[in-house]
Amino acid sequence: MHIVDGALSLPVLAGGAALALGGVAIGLKKMDYDHLPQVGVLSAAFFIASYIHLPLGFSSVHLILNGLIGLALGWAAFPALLVALILQAVFFGFGGFLVLGVNTFNIALPAVLVFYLCRGGIIAASPKVAALWGALGGASAIALTTILVAASLALSGEAFVLAAKATLIAHIPVMLVEGFVTGAAVLLIRQVKPEFLNISEEWDHD
Amino acid sequence: MPQGLEHSGTSWKGQQLKHRQSAVDRLDPRARVVAVSAFALVVVLSSDLMALSLALAGSLLLALVARLNLKRTLRRVIAMDLFMLFLILMLPFTTPGEPIFHVAGLPASQEGLVHALQITLKANAVVLALLALVGTQTATTLGHALAHLRVPDKLVHLMLFTVRYLEVIGQEYKRMRRAMQARAFVLRANRHSWRSIGYLIGMLLVHSLERSERIMDAMKCRGYQGRFYLFDDMRLTAVDVRFGVLLALFLSLLIGLHLL
Repeated sequence: MHIVDGALSLPVLAGGAALALGGVAIGLKKMDYDHLPQVGVLSAAFFIASYIHLPLGFSSVHLILNGLIGLALGWAAFPALLVALILQAVFFGFGGFLVLGVNTFNIALPAVLVFYLCRGGIIAASPKVAALWGALGGASAIALTTILVAASLALSGEAFVLAAKATLIAHIPVMLVEGFVTGAAVLLIRQVKPEFLNISEEWDHD
Repeated sequence: MPQGLEHSGTSWKGQQLKHRQSAVDRLDPRARVVAVSAFALVVVLSSDLMALSLALAGSLLLALVARLNLKRTLRRVIAMDLFMLFLILMLPFTTPGEPIFHVAGLPASQEGLVHALQITLKANAVVLALLALVGTQTATTLGHALAHLRVPDKLVHLMLFTVRYLEVIGQEYKRMRRAMQARAFVLRANRHSWRSIGYLIGMLLVHSLERSERIMDAMKCRGYQGRFYLFDDMRLTAVDVRFGVLLALFLSLLIGLHLL
């Protein structure tokens, strides 16, 4: 999901950076100091999730979990994912430096959208319904991220259109896996520690 | 991706870094962050192959001066290259232009080949410079440097917290996976595996969150009011100035080559 430096055109880089900056600003504003540790935990979880490789066919996919992060954090997903991406780029050479803005936007915007779309479903009375909405959120976050990645590539040049299409197709199995995993995670969190998914609700009051 | 090339957390221990001291460590952390940003900007914006090769040579030199662990760095750079291999291989065939060779009847254009080469050079140059100059700082130092560079307080705090939790969550993850292995759990491509991993992640988050709440309480007991005090005063020295002048000369050479 990470795009490397050098592939994208200048307008896409600048646009992504500006949009990501806006998202991070909103996220920082909505996040108070008391919730910093919680946001940090999820930011670290995103980082760890990329180690978790699940076998699939001849290859393996790694988890992204931006749906789950969005469900728990809302707008604060922007700063959380930016921090994780900075650490990945700086200490692991994973992704790039000037594309940080585009990468953050591509992963965090779906997280925020999922928050608004699936939030109501997650707090449903029946755990099964909640898990279903969680799965939907996990899968659609990946779908949206893939579309955004493909769009950033396609906008950077005609030559990338084929690669963009291939990215879309290659991520269908990832969507499926991520949906299952997120659904199960939501089910468990609801039963063990429901406050976890209600954090953001408290934030809306202040 | 082969197992050996996946990025792993083993070489990075959060606040500590397995890294030998080198000349790079005598530079001011802020100067290193600013230097990489300037370098990345110039490299990404230039398109001259000569300038880009020179930039890659420059960042290789930086990596040598920084005494980066050869094997580890190579693994990371190759992982990144494999990551974009697909994109690079496709470019010559999707860019219209002068065909230079054919593969299975498909013409490969020279323009596409040049473009693919440009992307490879740019990505590698930037990543090497980043690993050499910023990747050799501890994450805490990086956080402080960013704070001194007027990055919003909250973002810096978030980064410092995240660095701390990376270690905690990473260990917790390994512990829970070992417990699952002890119960004969094998990861396969089926619903049972995915559900179990989902529960694992849920539990991981719950454990970590409870821990973070305890940490927050402990910090409040000690008078935390949403502010970390940065005690290290970073000062620019003669070494930084010399490095800055060298870098400026190098970057103007790259820009000159690009404009010619």
